[in-house]
Amino acid sequence: MKLILAFLCALLTVPAMAQTALPPAPWADRQIPDPAQERKAKALMETIRCLTCQSQSIADSGASMAGDMRSQIRERIMAGERPEAIRSWLIARYGDWVSYEPTAAPILWPLWAAPILLLGLGLLLLRGRIKRRKRA
Amino acid sequence: MRKLLIWLPLVLFLGFVGLFASGLFKPDDRVIHSRLVGHPLPSFTLPAAASDRPALASGQMATGKPRLLNIFASWCVPCAAEAPQLMALKQAGVEIDAIAIRDARPDVDGFLQRYGNPYARIGLDARSAVQMALGSSGVPETFVIDGKGRIAYQHIGDIRADDVPMILNRLKDAQ
Repeated sequence: MKLILAFLCALLTVPAMAQTALPPAPWADRQIPDPAQERKAKALMETIRCLTCQSQSIADSGASMAGDMRSQIRERIMAGERPEAIRSWLIARYGDWVSYEPTAAPILWPLWAAPILLLGLGLLLLRGRIKRRKRA
Repeated sequence: MRKLLIWLPLVLFLGFVGLFASGLFKPDDRVIHSRLVGHPLPSFTLPAAASDRPALASGQMATGKPRLLNIFASWCVPCAAEAPQLMALKQAGVEIDAIAIRDARPDVDGFLQRYGNPYARIGLDARSAVQMALGSSGVPETFVIDGKGRIAYQHIGDIRADDVPMILNRLKDAQ
């Protein structure tokens, strides 16, 4: 019984792997008072990738660095900076990788062309079917 | 034509199998390199992070002699692990400045007392702002800054004992 209790107490200890000694940045989890600005900031944060937990956006991530990024984005939006300017500032430092928004770079042209190509292929198939049905 | 077309789904399927297999077996690279390597250090001014070391500004890093800029934090375990290697670099005559990320002065003081202090200046980046400006994504990271204040190299992760000669070479190349 004592052993079980000791084990349960051990489970209650605080994890040693912290990411910071500080409270979160001022605007990490606080909305901008102006709803229009907050909407812009939120839309940007949802398309910026977290550097610590790489499959989450910074809007979803609990990592300290994501909090600092949210805070900085809100502060810069409040200072009047355009969201796309902040995005390119980040891309200049971390590469296209940091943004979830697809760009118009040549490597992505097949991606943009895919819907048109697939639609064309579908129309071609459809035409063949209709022709065959008419003959029957 | 029709006979050939029948094989198309199989060919596509095998293509996808190949694609996924290569993705599965390729070693995973999750390291994010800064795009600023080869560019001038972004300008910044930081307050002092430790009681017995001066503050750090980007202008002080262009001294004509290559130096190291170490990104660390007192709460970071691998940073403690690389402390002996930084000390060895300092003993080899390398000047090392540092930025403490999301830290507080008493914690930095405690960390330096425990693991040694190889730094000339330490700036405090409480909100990771300079870390972001540098394109750095974690701790520890070490930048080689050349004499003109340009970023010559970025080392991601802790400096192991066998990385020390490579770092010294990078410093020589940055001359």
